[in-house]
Amino acid sequence: MKGKRVGLNGDTAVAFAAKQANVDVVSAYPITPQTIIVETLAKYINNGELDAAFIPVESEHSALSAAVGASLAGARVFTATASQGLALMYEILWIAAGMRTTIVMALGNRAFSPNINIHCSHDDAYAARDTGWIQFFAENVQEAYDLTLQAFKVSEDHRVLFPSIINLDGFILTHSLEGLYVLDDKTVEEFLPPKKPYNPIDPEAPKTYGPLDLYDWYMEHKKLQDYHFNNNVPPVIKEVFEEYAEISGRRYTPVKTMGVEDADIGIMILGSSAGSVRHVVRQLREKGKKVGVISLTQYRPFPKKELVEAVKNLQVLAVMDRSISFGSPGAQLYMDVASTLYNAKHRPLLFNVIYGLGGRDLTPVHIEGVVEKAEEVLKKGEVEEEQIWVGLKE
Amino acid sequence: MLYEVRWHGRGGQGVVTSSELLALSALKEGLYVYHAPEFGPERRGAPVRAYTRISDEPIEQHYGIYTPDAVIVIDPTLQSEVDYVMQGLKEGGLIVLNAKTPNSEIVERAKKLGAEIWVVDAYKIAMDIFGRPFYNTPMLGAFTKVWGRIKLDNVLESIREKFGERGEEIVKLNIEAVKKAYEEVKKYEY
Repeated sequence: MKGKRVGLNGDTAVAFAAKQANVDVVSAYPITPQTIIVETLAKYINNGELDAAFIPVESEHSALSAAVGASLAGARVFTATASQGLALMYEILWIAAGMRTTIVMALGNRAFSPNINIHCSHDDAYAARDTGWIQFFAENVQEAYDLTLQAFKVSEDHRVLFPSIINLDGFILTHSLEGLYVLDDKTVEEFLPPKKPYNPIDPEAPKTYGPLDLYDWYMEHKKLQDYHFNNNVPPVIKEVFEEYAEISGRRYTPVKTMGVEDADIGIMILGSSAGSVRHVVRQLREKGKKVGVISLTQYRPFPKKELVEAVKNLQVLAVMDRSISFGSPGAQLYMDVASTLYNAKHRPLLFNVIYGLGGRDLTPVHIEGVVEKAEEVLKKGEVEEEQIWVGLKE
Repeated sequence: MLYEVRWHGRGGQGVVTSSELLALSALKEGLYVYHAPEFGPERRGAPVRAYTRISDEPIEQHYGIYTPDAVIVIDPTLQSEVDYVMQGLKEGGLIVLNAKTPNSEIVERAKKLGAEIWVVDAYKIAMDIFGRPFYNTPMLGAFTKVWGRIKLDNVLESIREKFGERGEEIVKLNIEAVKKAYEEVKKYEY
């Protein structure tokens, strides 16, 4: 591991990464659990540690609108939000992606109201899944820091030009302190030189962004956006991960696996609980249980090929969602996985596990329960209950 | 080695800061840490908990701490909430109380668990040094002595880093409070 070891909570680590990325503009509206990010950046700017414009706004809709303008003008832009804040940004999420801005946004994952809950769910991350933003999930504070730096490099690459979201679980990561290694400023500066704007706003040569585009060309433009998103983004992410591994000693992959090569049963999960599952599964493997774990660092674009490869030896896969999708055939990650595998040569039996809504803790007992359920499915050779909930009170 | 600590106090007493300082001090020993405050309705005076997980191996798990190796009760009135503060304490665990003496029910529970009870009058230390009931840093000092796994110097260094921004006087008083409690904490023999 390269860099200096420090103790920071997730929010502070993300703010520190944005400072090291030497952002030009921060446009944000504070909302729990990301407030510390905005406060810390405001402090850096106020202290003179960061030479950036801080745009105080009256809402998240304005926060992201200002970020869009600044990004198109050529600035490196950072913002952060959570839950209701993201919901208020929703209109502008599409605009930020479709107009090919390079905004990097931290999302302190938090449940939607009602009822009012400030704790972790992944509803907000999933609500942005169709909008054309690149999405990363951090598993711990180290990853929240590392992914923030890498996201700028990915988004600003001229083969990409799409904004990025870094998801970090509310409170579990945003407010919890862990040890992490941070790079020195000079290394970050070399990795992330100033942004080279692509086709920026230029008062000398005015042009229009996002004009009226009806049935004559709208569809072709969306096809192009989709083509660029699916085909250009994943190879650049891999390149950036590779380059970052060289400077940091920490190697990221779109899909993270443990033990799937020799396992019959797999558990798939996003965010801070991935480590919890891995920790419990390690103990189960010591007792001879053939269980593996899959988590995603790259959630959008969805890493289909890597997932097909990861599950090729599994007989049963439990897909865990920290969210609910009312009336849907399954929660969001489950549907992604089921769609990805439907036409694959080999597909394990699938079931969906709902856990952790509104910050409900995912404990070792719950995780062992999921493995037991998967063992039943393996034994029977069929899925009788497609969705189960864990951690519910009786 | 995996060691889990639960801190008990009341809103406004700096329970979260104690847990954070313990984590930062452990980090200086080259250990791995996870410090998590508990967030509910934020009311001054309401019971508050914070958690510190320390290990010599990387910590992957992010679930709560249910069976702590130690409970530290920084508020002197909370030891009467016996079920609350003793919840899940491991056999042979540590109980560190801000008290002149433990209440009899805690002693009974501790006996059953083979747990050690340590007491320190952090109220007196805080009033003598700060003139106000700031129990959190003295209780950190007490725990540093009782656990014995982290060097006092690393705790003092963390205090300097944490409170440095707030001026030399605050640093000096907190260091004095940590040291005093470190010296005065005593095992209660039952």
